[in-house]
Amino acid sequence: MQYMLILNETAEDFTKRLDPVQAGPYWGGWNAFIGAMAQAGIIVKGDGLQGPQLATTLRIRDGQRLVEDGPFADTKEQLGGYFVIDVPDLDTALDWAAKAPSALTASVEVRPVLVMPPLA
Amino acid sequence: MTLNATQAAEAAARTSYGRLVAILAARNRDVAGAEDALPEALVAALRLWPAQGVPANPEGWLLTTARNRIRNAARHAQVADRALPDLLPLPPEGVDLPDQRLALLFVRAHPAIDPAARTPLMLQTVLGLDAARIAAAFLVPPATMSQRLVRAKTRIRDTGLRFALPDREDLPPRLSAVLDAIYAAYGRGWDDLTTEAIYLARLILVLMPAEPEAAGLPALMLYTQARRPARRDALGRFVPLSAQDSRLWSRDLIIEAEGLLTAAAVQARFGRYLCEAAIQSVHIQRPITGHTNHAALLTLYDLLVQHSPGIGARISRAVVLAGSGQPGKALAALDDMPAERVARYQPYWAARAKVLDLQGRPAAARAARKTAVELTDDPAVRAYLESL
Repeated sequence: MQYMLILNETAEDFTKRLDPVQAGPYWGGWNAFIGAMAQAGIIVKGDGLQGPQLATTLRIRDGQRLVEDGPFADTKEQLGGYFVIDVPDLDTALDWAAKAPSALTASVEVRPVLVMPPLA
Repeated sequence: MTLNATQAAEAAARTSYGRLVAILAARNRDVAGAEDALPEALVAALRLWPAQGVPANPEGWLLTTARNRIRNAARHAQVADRALPDLLPLPPEGVDLPDQRLALLFVRAHPAIDPAARTPLMLQTVLGLDAARIAAAFLVPPATMSQRLVRAKTRIRDTGLRFALPDREDLPPRLSAVLDAIYAAYGRGWDDLTTEAIYLARLILVLMPAEPEAAGLPALMLYTQARRPARRDALGRFVPLSAQDSRLWSRDLIIEAEGLLTAAAVQARFGRYLCEAAIQSVHIQRPITGHTNHAALLTLYDLLVQHSPGIGARISRAVVLAGSGQPGKALAALDDMPAERVARYQPYWAARAKVLDLQGRPAAARAARKTAVELTDDPAVRAYLESL
């Protein structure tokens, strides 16, 4: 089954990315995690994302395009990246989620990828 | 011939229901689909076996028939074939559980399943209890319980939970939900599930000898079982614990229960079942010492309420308070309980009647007892309450 690991991070996590002292350990952790998944051959696709300060949110209301700077919701944790992995079951997906660095500071949401039934 | 075929179908259904559901569900993780297909296969068996004879392997026959039903249903619904292997391989590091039903119980205690659905799910899909009885055991309306069960089964199918034995380190966190299911199946200790429940609890103790609660539950059930012959008199009337003839209690079961309790208590890690077993042990001492040790009971109930803040434990604690000369405090404790939770709960009204009696308020006691009688479905208990 395919699962998406939705990798949430805290504001501190995002600032570590560019911090001269903390960037090394920060990226080292992610590289080790992604490398292990790649070696296991389970990655279907995946990306890291720029921080929420670069997010732009759009809504259409009454035919009007409403564009705002900033993420969809102002919460303590923001989407920092995602991976779609192909593993036998939820338990295996959770074992991989537990290895993500952001599981220690924020959270990882694990969701099955929607498989549409074939049309009649 | 007809009778044999019917008996064979019933025996297969009774002894293998949970296992067959599990095998069927392992293919596509669809517990609900398996539960729909299996009764259809049983109906087919009841129609065909009397004419064609009982097959050499009745379970295999039921399994094949149910699988065909599932396949047809899938074809009708045009559900995508998820291309899963026929039976998911069990991981080699998986613990070897001595009874397949035990493995199934632990699978249903998966942390990704709604905690409120875990024990009901075990009761329905492994131990074969009907939804109405499960709802009654959890003090929720049957519709709520059915909904909860359906949601959990859909979730198991759609999230792709692993249908295999948990690893050894995953067992302890899942233990309490499994013990709760076994105790709920034991129920009030009257029907044929009681022997099964004790059997499964003994197996768990073999598996996890270092867990005090794994000893507490079989000890508790053995104490209850030991007193079973004394719970009805020669005329079938209900006899309350305080009036039971202790010569009718089973010495062997009591000795076994005391052994389990003593061994587990050494670890000084008290949980709900160990507390309840210890409470039973205090009651068992009455014929030896000639009186009930209310102080010990109160200490144990205080401990129990800490571990298991359920309404049942709090009601029993109130009765003990009243019995040890504090009926005012007991009534206050009963008054404190949420009205909507206790409105239809028989033990609450029986306890309230008893406490009001001890407080010297016979009219109020009669009114509470009337409510208790209305909520009692056991005729012997009802007759006893009416005689007071």
